Amino acid sequence: MSLPAPAPTSPYHAEEGHVGTAIATPTVLATRDFSLWYGSHQALFDITFDVPEHQVTAVIGPSGCGKSTWLRSLNRMNDLLGIVRTEGSISYRGTDIYERHVDAVEVRRRIGMVFQKPNPFPKSIRDNLAFPLRINGIRVGVEQRIETALRRAALWDEVKDRLARSALELSGGQQQRLCIARALVTEPEVLLMDEPCSALDPGSTARIEDLIQELRQRYTVVIVTHNMQQAARVSQHTAFFYVGRLEEFGPTREIFTKPTNKRTEDYITGRFG
Amino acid sequence: MQATLTVLPRTPSLAAPRHRRLFEAAVRYTLLGCGLIAVLVAGLTAWTFFAGSLPFFEKVSLGEFLGSIRWAPITVPEGYGTLALIADTAVITGISLLVAVPLGVLAAVFLSEYCSPRLRSFLKPVLEILGGIPTVVYGFFALRTVTPWLQEMFPSIGFWNGLSAGIVMGFMILPLVASLSEDVLYAVPRSLREAAYALGATRGEVILRVVLPAAMSGIGAAFILALSRAIGETMIVALAAGRTPAWPPDPTQPMMTLTTTIVNIATGDHEATAFIWAALFAIGALLFVVTLSLNIASHFIVKRFRELYE
Repeated sequence: MSLPAPAPTSPYHAEEGHVGTAIATPTVLATRDFSLWYGSHQALFDITFDVPEHQVTAVIGPSGCGKSTWLRSLNRMNDLLGIVRTEGSISYRGTDIYERHVDAVEVRRRIGMVFQKPNPFPKSIRDNLAFPLRINGIRVGVEQRIETALRRAALWDEVKDRLARSALELSGGQQQRLCIARALVTEPEVLLMDEPCSALDPGSTARIEDLIQELRQRYTVVIVTHNMQQAARVSQHTAFFYVGRLEEFGPTREIFTKPTNKRTEDYITGRFG
Repeated sequence: MQATLTVLPRTPSLAAPRHRRLFEAAVRYTLLGCGLIAVLVAGLTAWTFFAGSLPFFEKVSLGEFLGSIRWAPITVPEGYGTLALIADTAVITGISLLVAVPLGVLAAVFLSEYCSPRLRSFLKPVLEILGGIPTVVYGFFALRTVTPWLQEMFPSIGFWNGLSAGIVMGFMILPLVASLSEDVLYAVPRSLREAAYALGATRGEVILRVVLPAAMSGIGAAFILALSRAIGETMIVALAAGRTPAWPPDPTQPMMTLTTTIVNIATGDHEATAFIWAALFAIGALLFVVTLSLNIASHFIVKRFRELYE
């Protein structure tokens, strides 16, 4: 990777009067006029905003608003669907990841992802973590990296004595933390989380939310959630999507206390959802 | 408002009317009967073979039946050893699986992981039609097309030979392997593929390290079903492999499988009371036991596979 280019400043921020936040933290991922089509159906319309470094950015909005689609555009997971066309750009450290010469595999090795439903491989706990290391050609310090990742995912103490056991024996919450550890083991820079708690009970959800707070020290986190309280609890910035458009983006505190957009206000006060 | 309530009797009968009960019972017992017929026929078949082979085992020991290589039921002294037949069956089956399993699994990987939906909707029916070709056609294809090709390459190969029959039988069971494996690969949850892709795996890595391992037990079940199909296959070997047991088994020469032996006896000119009919039943029982145990094994493997993601 080339050295990070200077963070572009977002025109969107300027318009909305959030210049202060945008400048205070460098941008990792910059989305510019990004539109996306599934076949002939347009799912995203001219999305423009910046994901700030070492912060948690929450993406909220009603079902079908495009929030997951946008998240999956950040690591080019939408490519796998085969029928997707995009316009505009998403820049990671100054490089447009949709440029022709960019390999989606390289993008995904730097931008990790955690899914809605825990999806550990039907292998041992250790093998789940060894897999990303192996495909990335990392052969040195494997055990140490596995331990570090499990510690960061707050799972080490629960599994250290049974690394050889199947990951499917873990509870749902443990499986999701295992998936987080698996995404962290190769030290990506960004962690994308697509409704990571929606399949979990309240206790496991609380643990993962605490974990997200710690992760932000080392990683940039983008989390899609249908749970507005969760967005308010874990994030510093919030983006509100509605029918494929970004309606509002700003510091979470402001979005939840004095939204400038009427739709945002209606959504967060529960008038629709 | 005027109350116009119909007064219901205090103790209403909630029992179903008689005609409804009779109809439901008729449906139920008719369906039960149909199911029982299938079980009954299977049981009857098994019983026919075991009962029919009892006189055989009164005269020939199980040790000679399974351990001797001399199959000579109509010469004097008679020999009833099936070891050579078993070996020939195993060799031809092995050849067919060497063809069918790698090609079938690779075809399945292509269909489920690489193929565009449009091409897949064309290729899958073609594959299934291939599975519906009568085996006698395959047998003729082996005898008149594949054997001459083989003879051009290796002149020492006989007019009847196990190799040609095995290769063509492999093509016959290839659709079975491909279709079953494709179902299994397709059943590997998309979430597992996504997990691997999101970690930066390439398509090849996803297939080799995630999808195939997760599908392995299902592919194993497909393998066993193919195996049992190959062992029981009759027409191709009867036409193309010949009717002379080979010992030691040499696929370039005529071979005789267990199934061909049954055909041979059944189409031969024997008196109805001849002892050779008992031998036929004994071989039938042997085939029955082998394929039944393979199918049961496959059933348990599939069951284990189903539980994997739940």
